Amino acid sequence: MDAAALSTLLQTAAPGATVEPLGSSDMPTIGVDREHLLDVFAVLRDHPSLQFAFLVDVTAVDVLPALPRFEMVYHLACLGPHYLTAGATQAAAPSRLRVKVGLPGDDARVPSVTSLYPTAGWPEREVFDLFGIAFDGHPDLRRILMPDDWQGHPLRKDYPVQIRKDAAAWSPLQMTPEEFARNVRAGREQATRDARPAGPQSDTRD
Amino acid sequence: MPELRSETMTVNMGPQHPSTHGVLRLVLELDGETVVSADPTIGFLHTGIEKTAEQKKWQQVIPLVERMDYLGPQSNSLSFCLSVERLLGLELPDRVIWIRVLIAELNRLSSHLVWLGTHGMEIGAVSVMLYCFREREQLLNINEMLAGFRLFPSYIRIGGLREDLPRGFHDAVKEFLDKFPGKLAEYHKLLTKNHVWLGRTKGVGKLTREQTMELGIVGPMARAVGIPYDVRKTFPYLKYETFDFQVPTHTDGDVYARYLVKMDEMRESVKICQQALERITPVGQYDCRDYRIVPPPKDRVYTEMEALIQHFLLYSQGFNVPKGEAYVPVEGPRGEHGFYVVSDGGNRPLRVKSRAPSFIACQALPKMIAGGLIADVIAVIGSTDVVMGDVDR
Repeated sequence: MDAAALSTLLQTAAPGATVEPLGSSDMPTIGVDREHLLDVFAVLRDHPSLQFAFLVDVTAVDVLPALPRFEMVYHLACLGPHYLTAGATQAAAPSRLRVKVGLPGDDARVPSVTSLYPTAGWPEREVFDLFGIAFDGHPDLRRILMPDDWQGHPLRKDYPVQIRKDAAAWSPLQMTPEEFARNVRAGREQATRDARPAGPQSDTRD
Repeated sequence: MPELRSETMTVNMGPQHPSTHGVLRLVLELDGETVVSADPTIGFLHTGIEKTAEQKKWQQVIPLVERMDYLGPQSNSLSFCLSVERLLGLELPDRVIWIRVLIAELNRLSSHLVWLGTHGMEIGAVSVMLYCFREREQLLNINEMLAGFRLFPSYIRIGGLREDLPRGFHDAVKEFLDKFPGKLAEYHKLLTKNHVWLGRTKGVGKLTREQTMELGIVGPMARAVGIPYDVRKTFPYLKYETFDFQVPTHTDGDVYARYLVKMDEMRESVKICQQALERITPVGQYDCRDYRIVPPPKDRVYTEMEALIQHFLLYSQGFNVPKGEAYVPVEGPRGEHGFYVVSDGGNRPLRVKSRAPSFIACQALPKMIAGGLIADVIAVIGSTDVVMGDVDR
């Protein structure tokens, strides 16, 4: 299915959403408005003729000085007969899709797709860490690659390539086991404590 | 008698733990010997390769990306080059494609050998490590023969290969391929029916089909739960559709199933290598011969003015890549591995993003570890085959 046909399908299936086909040389690419991003992703994943069950990657591009400044880029894939989504009876043809969302530089927020694709958890944290784009509804949004007390977002185009930065002053390592445990917990306060897994097959994300 | 304490204990595993494949820190919450929850902390090996790549010319990015996944370096450079070549609209001669296939598969063998060796050693089978590194040494020698560099050959370039195959290459690869199936049988003898090995791996670190897909895990780990997705078959690149090979799958989804899948993959890789080696002619083209992108041959640079100018332009200014974006994934040793590259039409990339399979696998670690025993943590980490260079980039 090419980008134009897909946009028409999505606009009927997700009412109110602005979906436009964008030109690209390697795979169909569509642009979506961020207000209806989750609606569109739900259709992409669950529609029997689309079945984009595999979220390949989430990333962003800083296109400074162009506007809008940030471009969120989602890569999706349908694996065809190898994986049918829940409720689907017939396999869709294997295909790839790129979804883009433009974000203004002074309001870099976008809904998190972790509720639909749990795999987006870490990639979205990476984008938050390196670009400073906030994800609404993310269960555990904190820095992932850079140190917790880092200032700035390195992959932004206005972030210098070479900087001299003093090491952060860390508190000495001597601490009681209680303090250690409290420190660890403080780092993941947002992670739900009540959803404690019972076995290796339990799902902690409910 | 003192009162028996029953609260859980928080233990820090890593970042210097020898069995965590580099510098992975796991904060484990333990109830006796059972892991209640795990929280992986990464970033200790973050070197900002993606930021550095934005400052480099296109061809200078290749040595950088090879250092991301340092056990499968050529799958990095292959996927990067394929993406850039898609933007450039380059068509490569068949000989280059067959050589690339051969290199990619040898690279998979080399990576799987390190995985098997370290994975075995971590859960007690030390002799396997010695066997695997013996065979990997031969593959590193082949790399050295190709490019003069054992770990990061940078042999695959945008527009083709760095130079033609060296003399004696066919014989060296053939010798390796002839012996390797026998060595693989040796590994099977050591492990596959080994009682201790079965005890340590069967039923450990299980994932279901649905969890695997939700967590975005593909590659050998997905094939171990019965999702036969392989980029080489489903979205063929490098004319993989013309090669005869199987995609091995198992359905248990535990550490043992992942072990079996990867062992079978090595067998299939040998088959592909043999077919590719047959197709490579001793003499022929080794790049696209578009001298805006690849350097002209040295003998012409020394004798012709035009070739000298081309050479000078290429190494001083590089080449421009048309405005656009491309993502062409390959089946790396750890699953779908691709580079999303964006160009603004200049001689440097606007953005280079690696879809790192280890990063995604690392995210799934708590799912596999929680509820199991602390001794199984190492078995699970080993089975995911995470490379921290690929996780942190």
